[in-house]
Amino acid sequence: MNPSGAVDLSVDLGFLKLKNPVLAASGTFGYGLEFAPFLDPARLGGFVVKGLYFDPRPGNPPPRLTETPSGLVNAVGLQGVGVAAFCEQSLPRLRGLDTAVIVNVCGRDTEEYVCVVEYLDGHEGIDAYELNISCPNVKAGGACPGLSPETTREVVAAVKRRSRRPVITKLSPNAADVAGIAAAAEEAGSDAVSLVNTFLAMAVDVETRRPKVANVYGGLSGPAIRPIALRMVHQAASRVKIPVIGLGGIATASDALEFLIAGARAVQVGTAGLVDPRSALEIIDGLEDYCRRHGLDRLSDLCGTLQA
Amino acid sequence: MRLNPAAKITHKERWGDYVLLTLESPDIARVAAPGQFLMVKTAPGPRPLLRRPLSIHDRGDGSLDIFFKVAGEGTALLAQKTPAETLDILGPLGKGFDLELGAREAKKTAAPAVAVGGGRGIAPLVFLAAEMKKAGRPLKLLYGGRTLGDIPLKDRLAAAGYAPACSTDDGSFGFRGLVTDLLKSAIAEAPASAVYACGPEPMLEAAARVAAEAGLPSELSLEARMGCGFGACWGCVHRLRTNGRESWVKVCEEGPVVSGGDVVWGEGA
Repeated sequence: MNPSGAVDLSVDLGFLKLKNPVLAASGTFGYGLEFAPFLDPARLGGFVVKGLYFDPRPGNPPPRLTETPSGLVNAVGLQGVGVAAFCEQSLPRLRGLDTAVIVNVCGRDTEEYVCVVEYLDGHEGIDAYELNISCPNVKAGGACPGLSPETTREVVAAVKRRSRRPVITKLSPNAADVAGIAAAAEEAGSDAVSLVNTFLAMAVDVETRRPKVANVYGGLSGPAIRPIALRMVHQAASRVKIPVIGLGGIATASDALEFLIAGARAVQVGTAGLVDPRSALEIIDGLEDYCRRHGLDRLSDLCGTLQA
Repeated sequence: MRLNPAAKITHKERWGDYVLLTLESPDIARVAAPGQFLMVKTAPGPRPLLRRPLSIHDRGDGSLDIFFKVAGEGTALLAQKTPAETLDILGPLGKGFDLELGAREAKKTAAPAVAVGGGRGIAPLVFLAAEMKKAGRPLKLLYGGRTLGDIPLKDRLAAAGYAPACSTDDGSFGFRGLVTDLLKSAIAEAPASAVYACGPEPMLEAAARVAAEAGLPSELSLEARMGCGFGACWGCVHRLRTNGRESWVKVCEEGPVVSGGDVVWGEGA
């Protein structure tokens, strides 16, 4: 231990330094200020703003949510305000925050991803983009680019050619070979990958025989998916050299530690924050406590130390 | 809005599937307004995962009441709680009732506002009635349910001086028929100044229509499945028409109390 007893929780992703490895996940943290009554965002490693398409997006009809054992199925449909309203109304209020601001970027086709990034590039106050390659592609019959290495490469390369900022590619767990998609993103120039997004899922009301979310299918998140997400993060981290950011059902410091030990450089907390808005802070405190108990000066020394 | 991870339960009453809990939470009680709600964790750990949205039913000295009907896994667990146990609560959340709704007109005619509660929808209207009483504004309370067992608070409300007019769909107590039919006859018999309503969606739609036909402003407390309760997840939307434009609006943030004229009915499953 160093003399002061302080633990270094910081993480250097190469393209971005974080004060700690805990980020709030896209889609569960609004546009960055919804949690302000509960936590000081400056205590977080950073946060990822809700996915933005170029134009405002109406989203799906309700019901949009249903609960399953230790899980949440959502089909919000990426309702959002679009880039112009975000840059005018939300971004100015995020600029003063002493934390990493990452914007999740969506697109109905490759051109839209590029348009969103070019628009955001014209505004200050963003540290990196997270590319949501789980968006249905209108030119590919609704298939997401993240389901195949070829389409992943196409979107990532197109965005990287134009973006002045680092790009984190957020992977779908619904691809047949997620580690292969991570490798494709790396080849196309992605600066990091984050995984996993939600698992395609459904639930049925047996009394009415109707789907429990109006969209029929939704994305499953929460503790239910954590062991599968962890396995995928381990596989991806074993395959690529770029930093891996792990997420999927993380609710406690112990959960976060599993991902870090399995090879993640940082983690994201999503669904847990909807239930307990202070959970990210409790995780950060828990990581520090873990380092003290284990005599670790630097949390980042723990990354990828799985004894397999 | 505040988090209280250990609000002590100080009192419990139960009538069949209906439960009333009094929670000690001075910080939240102090700032709560009628129509606002709490997000309540029904069990520690991940099952059930999400908090449940529950209207604030009444306010005491440093305490809050919640009143609910057992409707699923979460409320069933909540119904098993006993005094001296604690609940993890978050609140007060959302926008509540406008206590001045239609009040200017009321000053001229002394016409009361009317609050209509269907079944568990009585929950936020008792807090509303209490605050209206404090403000010196007359309020007529209508309380309906399918059958006698669905209006368990009738004696308690009568004892508290709210003189509820009751209805049951099957005629087992009070006016026979829908509580919105009772509303219709109530405002036909005596002038009213505004309509407040909480209950199942078809009841809300009928209440808004009855109010509109009588030329009265209305406010409705909408119900929605919620993920977070504070605007982050966009899960709890209802179709509303605001500034001439229809969109999916977050019930937790723009509601749960909305203007009856803004609601678009029959959209979504």
